[in-house]
Amino acid sequence: MRRDIVTSAIAAIVFMILLGLVYPLVITGVSQVAFPGNANGQQVHVAGRLVGSKIIGQSFSVPKTKNGKLVEEKGAVVTEPDPRYFQSRPSVTEGGAYNAAASTFSNLGPNSKATEEAIAEHVKAYIELEGPFNPGLTAAQVPVDAANSSGSSLDPEISPANARIQAHRVAAVRHMGIGSVDKLVSRYTDARGIGFSGERGVNVLELNLALDRLTGGAR
Amino acid sequence: MTLAGWLTIVLFAVILTAIAIPLGGYMAKVYTGERVFLTPILEGPERFLHRVLRVDPRREQDWKSYAKSLIIFSLAGWLLLYLILRTQDAFFVPHALNPRGFASAPWNVTFNTVSSFTTNTNWQYYNGETTMSYLSQMIGLTVQNWLSAGVGIVVAVALIRGIVGRTGKSLGNFWQDLVRTILYVLAPLSVLTAIVLVSQGVIANFSNYLAVHTVTGLTQSIAMGPVASQEAIKMLGTNGGGFFNTNSAHPFENPTAFTNFFEMLMVLAIPAALVFTYGRMTGNRRQGYAIYGTMMIMFLGAAVVAYIAEAHGSPAQHAAGLHTHVISGSTGGNLEGKEQRFGIAGSALFDVVTTVTSCGAVNSAIESFTGIGGAVPFANLSASEVIFGGVGTGLYSILLYVLLAVFIGGLMVGRTPEWLGKKLEAREIKLAGLGILITPLAALLATALATASHAGRESISKAATGPQGFSESFYAYLSQANNNGSAFAGYTGFIQPSAGNVGSHGITFADLLGGFVMLFARFAPILFALAVAGALVGKRVTPAGLGTMRTDNPTFAVLLIGVIVLVGALTFFPALLLGPIVQGLTSHLY
Repeated sequence: MRRDIVTSAIAAIVFMILLGLVYPLVITGVSQVAFPGNANGQQVHVAGRLVGSKIIGQSFSVPKTKNGKLVEEKGAVVTEPDPRYFQSRPSVTEGGAYNAAASTFSNLGPNSKATEEAIAEHVKAYIELEGPFNPGLTAAQVPVDAANSSGSSLDPEISPANARIQAHRVAAVRHMGIGSVDKLVSRYTDARGIGFSGERGVNVLELNLALDRLTGGAR
Repeated sequence: MTLAGWLTIVLFAVILTAIAIPLGGYMAKVYTGERVFLTPILEGPERFLHRVLRVDPRREQDWKSYAKSLIIFSLAGWLLLYLILRTQDAFFVPHALNPRGFASAPWNVTFNTVSSFTTNTNWQYYNGETTMSYLSQMIGLTVQNWLSAGVGIVVAVALIRGIVGRTGKSLGNFWQDLVRTILYVLAPLSVLTAIVLVSQGVIANFSNYLAVHTVTGLTQSIAMGPVASQEAIKMLGTNGGGFFNTNSAHPFENPTAFTNFFEMLMVLAIPAALVFTYGRMTGNRRQGYAIYGTMMIMFLGAAVVAYIAEAHGSPAQHAAGLHTHVISGSTGGNLEGKEQRFGIAGSALFDVVTTVTSCGAVNSAIESFTGIGGAVPFANLSASEVIFGGVGTGLYSILLYVLLAVFIGGLMVGRTPEWLGKKLEAREIKLAGLGILITPLAALLATALATASHAGRESISKAATGPQGFSESFYAYLSQANNNGSAFAGYTGFIQPSAGNVGSHGITFADLLGGFVMLFARFAPILFALAVAGALVGKRVTPAGLGTMRTDNPTFAVLLIGVIVLVGALTFFPALLLGPIVQGLTSHLY
C-alpha cells in the first residue's frame, strides 16, 4: 500500500513533466521550425494587415445603416452581407457570426420546429440576396450548405454549387464577366482529400481576396 | 450518396486492417518482453523511469495487487488534475501560459471534468477556448489523455495474461506495463501523428488569440494554442476531449478531408491492433481473427446505416423546402452541423468511428443528426463499446462477452464450457456477467434520475423539445457511463455567461451525477475484468478434444454478435424507442 502511494505520487509528477511539458514543447518547437505557417494558423496578411486565417471562415458582411446611422439590435450592431463578396455559410457563434474565439454547434435537432425556422430564414435571406441575379431561384435550388450552419460555425468553405450561384451576383456588382469569376471559383476549389475523402469546397477568403486583387476593394 | 462516399468507408476498413495487423504484432512483442526495433532507443529511458518511480519490474503482481496499484495511481492523477484546474489563474501560473487570464471553472464543473479525463471519457461541459488556459490543457488534460489510455491498455494486457497463464497467480507488473505502453506504443505514434497533423494545418503555438481586421472591416478574434500535441494523443488514446469546443469540427483541429481520414485511422489503430495482439499472445491467431471479424461486421453495419440516414436529409430541412439529394457541386443530405470539407460520408463515418470506440471526438453535431442517423451512435454505445471499443477497454469488454458467449454456447450444446483449454466455472461467469451489466445499469439509472427530476431537466437545452429532450438526457448518461464523451451538445452542466468564467456556475446535479457515473462505470468493470483474469490465470489447460466448442470460427463470431446484440437490445431498446427511433420514424416536427 505505502509503496503504491509513493510510486503513484512520483509517477503523477514525473508524467506531468514528461507528457505535459516536454512533449507539447517538443512538438510545438518542431512545428514552429518545420511548418511555421501551419503552426501559427495560416495567417493571411494584405498590405501588412492581418485579415484572417486561411482555414477559419469569416463573415463578409458590413454594418447595416439606416438614414446614415448604425442599426442596433440587443446592443449589437446589425450586419448585412457585402454584395461584392462571396458569402460564407450561416454561423451561430455568440457575439456575432464567425467569432473564432468561441466555436459552437447549432445543436438544432432533426425534427425540431426551431430547425425548420432557422433553415427557412437562411433560405429566405439567400434568395433575397441572390435571386435578383439568378432569376427563378427557388428554395429547392438552394444548396444545403447555404441553408445549414456548419459544425464549428467557422467553416472556411462553401460548396461549388453555392459558389456558382453567388458568382452571378459578384460578377454583376463588380462589373466582371461571369466567365472570369467562374474561373476564379474553380481555382480556389479544393479537391477531395487523397482523391476520395470528403467533399470539394471553395475557400471563401482566398476567393474574395483574389477578386479584390483583380478589381480592387479591400477597405 | 456518392461513389466517393462509399469508397471512403470501404477503403477505411481496408487501410485500418493493414495498419492493425503489424501494430498488433508489435504490441504483442512489447508485452511479452521480446525485443523490438525501438528497444535500443527506449530501454535506457525505460530503466530510468523504473529507477525514478522506484519500481522493481520483476516483482510479479496477482490481480488484487495489480488492481491496487491501478486504483491508487488513478486516484493520484485525479487529485493532481483537480488541483491544476482549480488553480489555473493562481499567481504561480505564468501569463504566457494563460494569456486570456481565464479563471477556473466552478468546483462542480471541475469535479465532472476531472472525473471525465481520468476515466478516458473526456465528456466536456466546458468550452475549451473560453475556459481552459494553455497550461491546464497541457499539464492537466493532455497528461490524463496519455495516462487514462495507458491504464485501459494495461488492463487488457493483464486479462490476456490471465487467459494464457498456466501456473501461479501473476498478471505481470502494473508499473512495467504502464511505462512500456507509454514509451513503446503511445509515444512514437503520438509524435508521428502530431507532426503529420501540423504538416496539414493543425496549429501548434503559444500565441495569444489573434486580433483580425477582416476583409470587410469587421474584427475577428481567433483562438490559438498548443493544439497538435493534444490532438494526436486525443485520437490515439481514444480520449476525444477537444482543445476547442467544437472538437474535430474545428478547422484548427481537423483542417482537411485528409486529416479527417487520418484522425479516424488513428482512433481505431490501437483498439483494432489489440485484437491481433490478443490472437498472438494466446498463441491462436484465429481467435483474434474471429473477434476482429465480429467487430468489423458490426462496425460496417453501423457506418452504412449512418451514411444512408444522413444522406437522406432531415424532416426539418424538407419542411423548409430544401432539396437534399446530390446535385452537381453539392453533397446534399443533412448538412446541419456538418463541415463542407468532410461532407456527409466523412461526418457519418467519423461519428461511427468515435462512438464504437470510447473516443467521443466529434467532427459534426450529433444532436443535429437525423433520428436514424442519431440512433447509430446510441446503438454503438448500447453495445457497451465492444466494437473495437476504447484502447484496452474495448478488448477487455469484448472478452467478457466472449466468456458469456462460450458459456451460452456450451449450454446450447450441453457441454462444460471451455475457452482456450480452460474450463469456465461459476465464478468467472458471475464476474463477467457483473462486469457486463455495470455500464447499462449506471446509464439507465442515471437517465431515469435525470429525466424524472426537476434538477435533471434543467440541463436540457431550450431548443430540444419533444423526444429530442429525452435523447439529450439519455445520450448524456449513456455516453458518460460508457466513458465515451461524445454528446448531444445542447445538454449542459455549465452556464458560462461570458468568456473567462466571469459569473459562471455549474449545474451541480448534472455535474456530480455524471462524474460519479463515469468513475463507477470505469473502475467497477476494470475490477471485474482483473478479477476474471485472476480467476483464470491459475487454471490448468486441458487439450482440446472432439467435443470442444471452437471459439475461432465464423459460427462463434455469429454467436458472439448474437450475444452482444441481445444484451444491448434487451437492455436499451425501450429507451431507444422513446428518443431517436421515434424521431426517425416520423417527419413530424416538435
